Amino acid sequence: MKLFRFVAGAIAAAVVGLAAMAAQAADPIKVGEINSYTRLPAFTDPYKKGWQLAVDEINAAGGIKGRPLQIIDRDDAGKPGDAVKIAEEMVSKENVTMLAGTFLSNIGLAVADFAKQNKTLFLASEPLADAIVWESGNRYTFRLRPSTTMQAAMLAKEAAKTGAKKWATVAPNYAYGKEAVAAFKKELTKLVPDAEFVEEQWPPVFKIDAGPVVRAVEAAKPEAIFNVTFGGDLAQFVREGNLRGLFEGRTVVSLLSGEPEYLEPLKDEAPKGWIVTGYPAKDIDTPEHKAFFDAYMKKWGEAPKLGSIVGYNTVKSIEALLNKADKYDAETLVETMKGLEVPSSPSGPFMYRAQDHQSTMGAWVGKTDVKDGMGVMVDWFYADGADYQPSDEEVAKMRPAE
Amino acid sequence: MSFYFAQFLTGLASASSLFLVACGLSLIFGVTRIVNFAHGSFYMLGAYLAYTLVQYVPGSIVGFWGSVIAAALVVGLIGAIIEVVMLRRIYNAPELYQLVATFGIVLIVQDAVLWIFGAEDKLGPRAPGLDGIVRIFGEPIPQYDLLLVALGPAVLGALWLLLNRTRWGVLVRAATLDREMVASLGVNQSWLFTTVFFLGSFLAGLGGALQVPRVSINLLMDLSIIAEAFVVVVIGGMGSIPGAFVAALLIGELNAFGVLVLPQATIVLAFVVMAVVLVIRPYGLFGKQETAAHAAGQVEAPIRPASPLKRTIALALLALLLVLPFLMGEFALVLATDILIFALFAASLHFIMGNSGMVSFGHAAYFALGCYGAAFLVKYFGGSMEMALVAGPLFAGLGALVFGWFCVRLSGVYMAMLTLAAAQIVWSTAFQWQELTGGDDGLLGIWPSDWARSKTAFYYLSLALCGGGILLLRRMIFSPFGYALRGGRDNPNRTESIGIDLRAQQWAAFVIAGVFAGIAGGVYVFSKGSIFPDEAAIPRSVDALVMVLLGGVQTLSGPIVGAGVFRLLEDEISRLDYWRAILGGIIVGIVIIAPEGIAGFIKRIAVKAGLEREGETAA
Amino acid sequence: MTTPVLSVRHLSKSFGGLQAVSDVSFDLAAGELLALIGPNGAGKTTCFNMLNGQLKADSGEVKLNGESILGLSPRRIWRKGVGRTFQITATYASMTVRENVQMALISNARQTWNLWSRASALHVNRANDLLELVGMADQAERAAAILAYGDLKRLELAIALAHDPKLLLMDEPTAGMAPRERVRLMQLTAGIVKDQGISVLFTEHDMDVVFAHAHRIMVLNRGELIASGSVDEIRNDARVQEVYLGGGRLFEEKGKGHG
Ligand SMILES: Nc1ncnc2c1ncn2[C@@H]1O[C@H](COP(=O)(O)OP(=O)(O)OP(=O)(O)O)[C@@H](O)[C@H]1O
Ligand SMILES: [Mg+2]
Repeated sequence: MKLFRFVAGAIAAAVVGLAAMAAQAADPIKVGEINSYTRLPAFTDPYKKGWQLAVDEINAAGGIKGRPLQIIDRDDAGKPGDAVKIAEEMVSKENVTMLAGTFLSNIGLAVADFAKQNKTLFLASEPLADAIVWESGNRYTFRLRPSTTMQAAMLAKEAAKTGAKKWATVAPNYAYGKEAVAAFKKELTKLVPDAEFVEEQWPPVFKIDAGPVVRAVEAAKPEAIFNVTFGGDLAQFVREGNLRGLFEGRTVVSLLSGEPEYLEPLKDEAPKGWIVTGYPAKDIDTPEHKAFFDAYMKKWGEAPKLGSIVGYNTVKSIEALLNKADKYDAETLVETMKGLEVPSSPSGPFMYRAQDHQSTMGAWVGKTDVKDGMGVMVDWFYADGADYQPSDEEVAKMRPAE
Repeated sequence: MSFYFAQFLTGLASASSLFLVACGLSLIFGVTRIVNFAHGSFYMLGAYLAYTLVQYVPGSIVGFWGSVIAAALVVGLIGAIIEVVMLRRIYNAPELYQLVATFGIVLIVQDAVLWIFGAEDKLGPRAPGLDGIVRIFGEPIPQYDLLLVALGPAVLGALWLLLNRTRWGVLVRAATLDREMVASLGVNQSWLFTTVFFLGSFLAGLGGALQVPRVSINLLMDLSIIAEAFVVVVIGGMGSIPGAFVAALLIGELNAFGVLVLPQATIVLAFVVMAVVLVIRPYGLFGKQETAAHAAGQVEAPIRPASPLKRTIALALLALLLVLPFLMGEFALVLATDILIFALFAASLHFIMGNSGMVSFGHAAYFALGCYGAAFLVKYFGGSMEMALVAGPLFAGLGALVFGWFCVRLSGVYMAMLTLAAAQIVWSTAFQWQELTGGDDGLLGIWPSDWARSKTAFYYLSLALCGGGILLLRRMIFSPFGYALRGGRDNPNRTESIGIDLRAQQWAAFVIAGVFAGIAGGVYVFSKGSIFPDEAAIPRSVDALVMVLLGGVQTLSGPIVGAGVFRLLEDEISRLDYWRAILGGIIVGIVIIAPEGIAGFIKRIAVKAGLEREGETAA
Repeated sequence: MTTPVLSVRHLSKSFGGLQAVSDVSFDLAAGELLALIGPNGAGKTTCFNMLNGQLKADSGEVKLNGESILGLSPRRIWRKGVGRTFQITATYASMTVRENVQMALISNARQTWNLWSRASALHVNRANDLLELVGMADQAERAAAILAYGDLKRLELAIALAHDPKLLLMDEPTAGMAPRERVRLMQLTAGIVKDQGISVLFTEHDMDVVFAHAHRIMVLNRGELIASGSVDEIRNDARVQEVYLGGGRLFEEKGKGHG
């Protein structure tokens, strides 16, 4: 009997205590975040550090309209099926206000389709596939990073200047790779009408057998190579290519390879003179970036990578959205998102276009080099996304009607 | 010409790497009759260990090779320890339990590697002294590749000497031919098995360590190499080392030249070649027909129609399921829908595996075909959900009709391997045939018809289809057809000699199981709105096996209990960081501690308490 | 002369270098109880396996009622009216005794593709009758897995009789049984032969059983038939004596026939 009373008393005390705590802190605003944390930590780890920094800053400054921002993050293990399952769980179990995240394009597309079906706002932070905002674009999906076509256009402009005509392409065999090659071809032939593409290699993503791929490209004797592989695939491709002299005397244009995420693991094997999009973290000296850089260094003890910026900007976008919207239902959020401006970010101001839900965030374009046994970006400039986006008519043709 | 020669050398280099892994696997299988899924994990461990060790001795030739050998030795030791601690307990278990247990080890090792080495891909240094190229007929060939080309035959030769010139080797060969004979010769079997495991794991570790200068090391290495190694071992003939060598050459060159001709179908090609070889030679190029039948485990008790108590429980459960939407929130319905789908999927596997004794290690193939069949109808023919739910099962049934014809000609592990290969064909086709399946991008936007769009309506639809499917399967188990299959499992000889065409019945059972898995797949695709190749991958097949084992192979309610517990468990643990290891631990635990599963356990308690009639337990 | 039920000519089989059965020829008349004896490894089971289609013969001819059956599958031969029991009993461990018999009845009625009916409710009476016949009726509900060996042998007989065979092949039907049981089983078999006119070919190591019940005996040694004749002829055959030297126990006991 004594025991019973004790237990009952303890439970009662706990309930009262919890209720009091709940009453003290205002209800947090919950955002569901899904990403490939275990499959692609090279990118998603700095990304997570980036958004955590932003969340800390926001909550330290009093949150959003007095409510703390809470990000519930889950790992999709690089599997689109898992991502959809988690999205469903976040919406129906956690009652999140909106969804964000994803890295791989196929996962981004899958979650976007889920968002459309379930009428939930989804901010695709990292996936690059054009389809997310164009062919498969939908009312509920917005995207932060510059798309494949935008980045391909940035690169094509530089590639055209080299005068190379005979091109080979190497790209992972899924939406992102296919799209990147198609976009690059399109953008390059706009500038160099007689450019020809003599070889295409489509290694399965994350399963490249680099030796044969390099040999096949070599056999076509191209003047220049356009590469889309990334991560471990890129590392193997570079190593085999270096070994067999594939890159000697050839122009190489490579998507994303200037990002420290991919450049750093290559150490002194990093390629020299490739034309790339990327992120020269230490060399950018705008005040916004410097503030971000220092805060990041202070919190994490390491320099930010491109993922860090994307993570940071994602939460900055969410902050702007939630501050501006008067209600948090999906329809209001979507309407607020259209044309939403993010006035200040490490990469400069950007906004979300109403016509195709794509942000105007840009990318850094430059060349690779090796300094002190480490790959770096040199001769770089910041290409503003707004300068590489299709016109309203083109968008209207590509996007399905709502 | 010189180009093709260089390509040929590239193929040889991959073949050597493949051979190192495959011959260890074959050796272990030959002696212990265990198909060791964890072999790929040993390969991965070897790579990670060598990568780590090499960091301490940068640029030193002795240091590099010392690291490689040390890594391989450590892996060999780990293999031996796992053999002593775990596998030794399951040598006499049915092969299904062994396969699943070694897969449990795969999961545990995966998380252990993640924990110890981190999730980043790792690119090791090149081999010091071998980091240049040699020009052969003007073509640049990496020096390291040439070393690998030489290493394959060298290892083959060394193994030949070991097996033919030492007493240990003679014993190993004898054990490969006839396990009982060696036992009766008074040889210390467990010592022999442990040393074989050490050697096999050492070779896998060596294979992995040698990859450090070639590829970036990541957490997916284990499953991708094991799938390839299985192909090699099965083509060569399980247990045959020369067979593994020839098959590794075949696959290595196939990849090297396949990439020139059909760059988008490299993965499919290997599995297709494997299927072709098995059609011509069911036991592989150098393999021999299995002599002794495998241990069957404990004899199952006769099945009986549900007792009044069981009926009451079943009716209560049904009533509960019917009112569930009024009691629970949305997410519970989502979860319940999932459970229903997986219960039917597991029940369809149980139908051929539990009731008919046909071990399928690739049941996900038919689940996925059901998904794709339904999705194709919606995407390419503009069909409705109702039509798609018919098309899915038909498509799956068609797949089962084709694959089943090959599979029912074999039994035991060979059948398990062939079903696995079939699933890999489905998976790799789905993965690489982008135009049709969308590859890794999947097919999206396959949502239910308007009337079934709400979670509640869809839940009732799933309840009707999956619940109905389970009841139908149960009915069939009690039918003459089901009994004939049971008979075939208990005693194929007797079955043939009372006039039953067992193979035809098994084939039909395979198709039926495929159709019902396809129903589950069809419902699944509409519940998720999308389908990806992962649904056909090895882990999905293992899920089904685990559900059946968890519930209890020898009980009819097992698959249902198993699916429920598995899905709820997954929901609970999958948000933890190391949930794979937990799942792996559970799998290994079931196999070793509770092979009867949950339903089996409850049944035993019920019999003890006098609630259930079982009469006597089987001898 | 009427055609024999079973007619075997020049049947041979070798395993690698070992000639397990060589050039065996014999006839089996309707209603005859024919014993095939011989020491361990003589080739008796191999003979049976060829007769019921389980093994492919190297050469020879086997006719059932004048129709060649060599090379047919076991299930075809069964359909033609040949029942078989195995030296190592082959029953369904996970079924009850009655279900074991029902399976054969279901197969005989060509109902194995029925997906709907409840198997254990089919042919119950006929199954019970067969079990009654072999004295297993009281054990009908028990699992086959827990039967005593002798009971399994009787169950096998019931299964083999389920499709009213013309010919019964019984490989050591009484092995593993207690002496009294053996006698009962053979008496039972002899009775069935007499009542239903079935022909039986059986092998047996227990000479008491053989001498007491067989109408005729054949002796196989190292794959070759070395003698064939009536009980008395075989008893007094010098070559048979020689083959069984060492196993002579049987001849010492020859006076103690049961009958
Ligand atoms: N499948 C087989 N492969 C190789 N040899 C075999 C095979 N089956 C039987 N034998 C051999 O053939 C010979 C005859 O065997 P069989 O089983 O027919 O003898 P049996 O007369 O039935 O002996 P027992 O009285 O012991 O049953 C034996 O030497 C046996 O080892
Ligand atoms: Mg015999």
